[in-house]
Formats: sequence, structure tokens, C-alpha cells
Amino acid sequence: MNVPKMADMMAQGKQPEVLFWVGAAGSYDDRAKKISRAFVKILHQANVDFAVLGVEESSTGDAAKRAGNEFLFQMQAMMNIEVLNGYEVKKIVTCDPHSFNTLKNEYPSLGGKYEVFHHTQFIQNLISEGRLKIDDTNLKGKRVTFHDPCYLGRANEVYESPRDLIRRLGVNLTEMKRSKETALCCGAGGAQMFKDAEKGDKEINVLRTEEALKTNPQIIATGCPYCNTMMTDGIKFKEKEDSVIVRDIAELIAEANNL
Amino acid sequence: MQYLPNILFAIILAVGIGFFVMNVRKLSRNIKLGKDVDRTDNKSERLKNMLMIAIGQSKMVKRPLSGLLHIVVYIGFIIINIEVLEIIIDGLLGTHRVFQGIIGDGFYAFLIGTFEILAALVFVAVIIFWLRRNVANIKRFLNRELKGWPKNDANYIIYFEIVLMSLFIVMNATDVPFQQAGIGNPISQFVAPLFDGFTPETIHTVERTAWWLHIGGILIFLNYLYYSKHLHILLAFPNTYFANLKPKGQFNNLESVTNEVKLMMDPDADPYAMPAEGEEEAVPEKFGASDVADLSWVQLLNAYTCTECGRCTSACPANLTGKKLSPRKIMMDTRDRLEEVGRNIDANKGTFVDDGKQLLNDYILEEELWACTSCNACVEECPVNIDPLSIIMDMRRYLVMEKSAAPQELNMMMTNIENNGAPWAYNQQDRLNWANEE
Repeated sequence: MNVPKMADMMAQGKQPEVLFWVGAAGSYDDRAKKISRAFVKILHQANVDFAVLGVEESSTGDAAKRAGNEFLFQMQAMMNIEVLNGYEVKKIVTCDPHSFNTLKNEYPSLGGKYEVFHHTQFIQNLISEGRLKIDDTNLKGKRVTFHDPCYLGRANEVYESPRDLIRRLGVNLTEMKRSKETALCCGAGGAQMFKDAEKGDKEINVLRTEEALKTNPQIIATGCPYCNTMMTDGIKFKEKEDSVIVRDIAELIAEANNL
Repeated sequence: MQYLPNILFAIILAVGIGFFVMNVRKLSRNIKLGKDVDRTDNKSERLKNMLMIAIGQSKMVKRPLSGLLHIVVYIGFIIINIEVLEIIIDGLLGTHRVFQGIIGDGFYAFLIGTFEILAALVFVAVIIFWLRRNVANIKRFLNRELKGWPKNDANYIIYFEIVLMSLFIVMNATDVPFQQAGIGNPISQFVAPLFDGFTPETIHTVERTAWWLHIGGILIFLNYLYYSKHLHILLAFPNTYFANLKPKGQFNNLESVTNEVKLMMDPDADPYAMPAEGEEEAVPEKFGASDVADLSWVQLLNAYTCTECGRCTSACPANLTGKKLSPRKIMMDTRDRLEEVGRNIDANKGTFVDDGKQLLNDYILEEELWACTSCNACVEECPVNIDPLSIIMDMRRYLVMEKSAAPQELNMMMTNIENNGAPWAYNQQDRLNWANEE
């Protein structure tokens, strides 16, 4: 798969239209890597001139910040900003709402000012500019529910772009009782992904999966690699792997367009 | 002798308002114990928030039943103040229903009639409130932090309102000329027959007693506010005005940390440099919060504004799955500790004397703090824009940066970020491997 690197672009004296911030999950997590690849296929189909930092990318520091380690966060942020500013990056797109939130909201006051897009927003723009079309036949009529990621939804009030893309797939979108502003967390945010949950009587991802299953979906759509993992685990816990799949919106679009 | 009631009234009014002012001063001093934070920007947006959320109750109605009932009580409270104004003027001047002569029978009838209907609606609403709290098993009213005083406080408020509304109706029902005029008594006309057969003197005594108890009750209620969750009827306004306007996901970047990190990353910085001449060596700042004085004044204002309604807790994913965290408890603990600090200052002639306690551990447990997913559901839910998450985050910062007391798995995650630039133990050189797999 052709994934251009910023350093190579620089060597050729080229400046890409947008930097794809892959994020730690998108780079290393086996499930999330598929989302990165699906998104790159979409970028190629729309002829987007993009590049990644590759080995020069480092953790945004989001998880460290939410865990309370402001030092580590700012160290990470300032190192990343140095790299990004060195490449004169203006526009960033990412599939990870946590990176999206941090780059967009928390980097500016540390010297990193960029136009930051979640991949659902970016794809939506490609469509409105006429650079991409979504085929609405492949997934037609499938029952889909969408789980709002907290760091995309409540944290940044992006509710419509993922839904707009899902509707373009020709599927049957059913909302969960808790959705948009009142959506329930998948349980991974605030650095919970990296530790065991405190004592309780249920896991948060199981509760959220139960809410999703109440809509009787064939597909649970997500827009966050962590939500994806949590919902996938929830489906396994509920032993529904045979009838329900969890997919990122980028993966659904890639599938719809036979990419 | 004939001025005795007027003098007595003036004294009661002065004492009632005097105590209230004293408590407001204490309140303001306690809130100012918090760290400074600038919330003077975007005045028009702030004003809009206050108008929509505090005055317009826009977030209350997201839960239709309690929202509607709350609006009834709220409107009743606002409108009835016109009646209270008349009572105060009557009490001071020795007049009776002074507004009637000023604004004319027709408008007066409309005004008092409206109050009576509202009083009746408030009566019904608070009885439903009482049933919801004491009979219907609504989960958010049964949480552990609501045992004892918070539960009693809520009920006392309801009893107060029932008594005050009843006194208002009785006062009107036993006002014989008012009943005879037959204007503005849509509710009290049905109560008036209860007093048929009493002597005119007795009826007059009942009317006067209800009048005095009504205004006396209002003054007592005014002074009860400071000790009660009912303080929200005043603080909801500044609280919504000064609330955070930034995206909910945007956490502040600690400036003190920025300076340290810049020094660490600057290859030219001399770590052994002496402070420049005339410059005092700065006292190392405390990172994060372990007690109320480490929080900002907005967070402390939040704590005093909290109505303990529990909408935050009922939306909290950690709480919904049986974990100890309850955002409402975070706010209640913060207020309780702040009150304790305030009493300490009062008892020690204006300075705080260390009492060996703090907000962390003595009130809020680490287990509660670590259960938070930072999902902002509590912040979104709060009808008056309180931000419990910001307190949780500041306390986590203290635990991690001052105490190195993060859970072991999080320490591993942070070490990985430090060494590999990812929360997992993968080699940074493998960061682009995903592109060539399939």
C-alpha cells in the first residue's frame, strides 16, 4: 500500500494537501490498523495528496494527560509540534477522536495551530467537493446503529458528519436510546483503555453493547479505534459475533466502494 | 402603641436581611479561597448562557416531568416576589394591600388571582416532588451520598414550600373585605367557607397570624438558603454566566508545567542558573489539587451551586455500572470541605489553621477519581453547567505529578509513551508497519 511519508515529500520539495495523523492505535493495534488502511484506500480513491509522519510520529500525549500526567503530555505535545511545524503542516486529518481533540484544542496554546479534521468530517468534505462518491448498493438495507465517541460527540459536538456518511451507504440507521449528547461512553476514555476498571457490577462496554443490541443491528458503526475495540469485546462477551459486526465508518465506506 | 407592629416588622426585616448579608459575605470569602481564573471574556455569549439556562431553564426540560414541575415552582417563586414586596410595604407603612389602590381593582385581581393559581400549582408540584423523593424508587435519589442531611434538606425545602403556600392561601381566605370584593380569589374562595361561623375577631386574628407567619417564614427560608442545596436559586445565575465556554474535550494546559517543560527541552538552558537579580526564587508550585484551595473559584462556585439533583450521576457510565464514582458526590464533598475550611477560618480569627485533613482521601477517594472515563456526560447533564470532571482531573494531576500514585497499569502506559512514543511497548521504528500488512 502506498503511504507517502512527510520526510520523502520534503526531500522532493513537495507539500501535501493534508497530513494523516495515524495515532498510536491506528499504527500498532491490529484491529485499528485495518481502519488506517481503509482510510488510506479512500484517500487514494479521491486522489487526495496526503502524507504521514511515519516513524517521526509520536503519541499525542492524550492518554497521559487524561491520566493526570501533564508533564508527559506537554513533553509529547512540544516534540510533536516541533516536527509538525518543521514540516509546515497546516491541515491534519485523523481517525482517532482522541488525537483529533488534543491536536485541535490542546496543541494551539502550546504553539501548534492546525486545521484539524476527524476522518468523517474530511470524507464529508471530499463528497461535497465532488471528489468522492459513496456507492449505496453494497450495504443497502443493512441495519446499522452508530455509537458516538465521547471525544468526537460531546467533547467537540461533531454528531452529524458520521451520521451523514452512514446514511449515504443506503443502510437503515437506528439510533440507540442514548445517542448524540446523551451517548454512553464505551468505557475506554480518560486512559481507562490501559487499566482494569474499578470494582463495580458490570463493565461499561458491556452495558453499551447491550444498548446497541437493543436496536437489533447487523452492524455497529463507530468512529474511534478505542470504541471499536470496546464494542467488539462487548459483542464477544454477548456471544453475538455471528450476527453483529463492529466497523469503523471508513471501513464501511471502503467496503461500499469495493476498495 | 399604634406603631408597634410597624416597628416590630422593621426589626424582623432588618434582622432577617442582616443575617442573609452576613452569610453572603461568608460565601463570597469562601469562593475566593479558590485560585484565580479569567472568565471575563465573551460577555455576550456568557449572558446568553445565563438567559437560556438559568432564566430560560433550557437544560431542565431535557427531563420533561421534573423539568415541568421545576418550572412551575420556579415561576411561582419569581412571581410571588411581587406579593412579598406588597407585604413588606404594608408591614413597614401599616397599610393593607397597598397595591390595590395604586394599580386598580382589575389589574390587582389579575395579579393576586395569578399568584393564587401559581400557589396551588406549586403546592401540587412539591407534593409530587416529595413523592418522587420518598415513595417512588428513583435511583438517583437513593445513592449513598444522599443519606442523612442531604435527604432531610430536600424534604425540609418541600415542607417549607407547602407551609408557605398554605399560609398565603389562608391569609387571602380570611381577609374578609378581600373575599367580599370577590376579586382575585380563584383558589382562596374555596378555602374561605372553612372559616364560616368564626367570629369576625377570630377570622381577623387568623388573617394576621397567617400574614406574619408568611413573611416570617420567607425571611427564615432566605436565611436557610446558605445551609441548603436550595442556594442554587441564587447561584445558578452567576454559575451559568461564568461557566466554561470552550469545547468540553479541551482540558487546560497547566502553565506552570509549560514553563518547566520548555526549560527541560531548551538545550541552552542552564539548570544551575541562579535567579536573576532582584527576582525572588519562585516557590515551587503545587501541581494539581488535593484540597479546596488548589481548585479555582469557578470550581468552588460550582460546588455551592450544586442542587444535588443527581442528573450527572444518573448519566455517569462509571456510576451506571456500579462503580463508586458519583459526580454529584464530588461536588457535595467539595462543598462540605469548603464549608469546613470556612468554619476553621472563622474560628481562628481569619486564618486557616491546618486541621490535618484535605479534600483528597478525607472526602474523595482515589478509587472514585480513577473510575472516571472523562466522557463529559456529567458536564452535559448538569442543568446549571457545573463541571465535576475538571475537579476529577485536577485531583488526578495531584495524584500523578505530586504523589506518583497512579495505578500500576497507568504507570506502565506512561513509561511506554515516554520510551516508545506510544501507550504500548512497541518500537517506534515499527510505526509504519501497518501500511505494508494485509
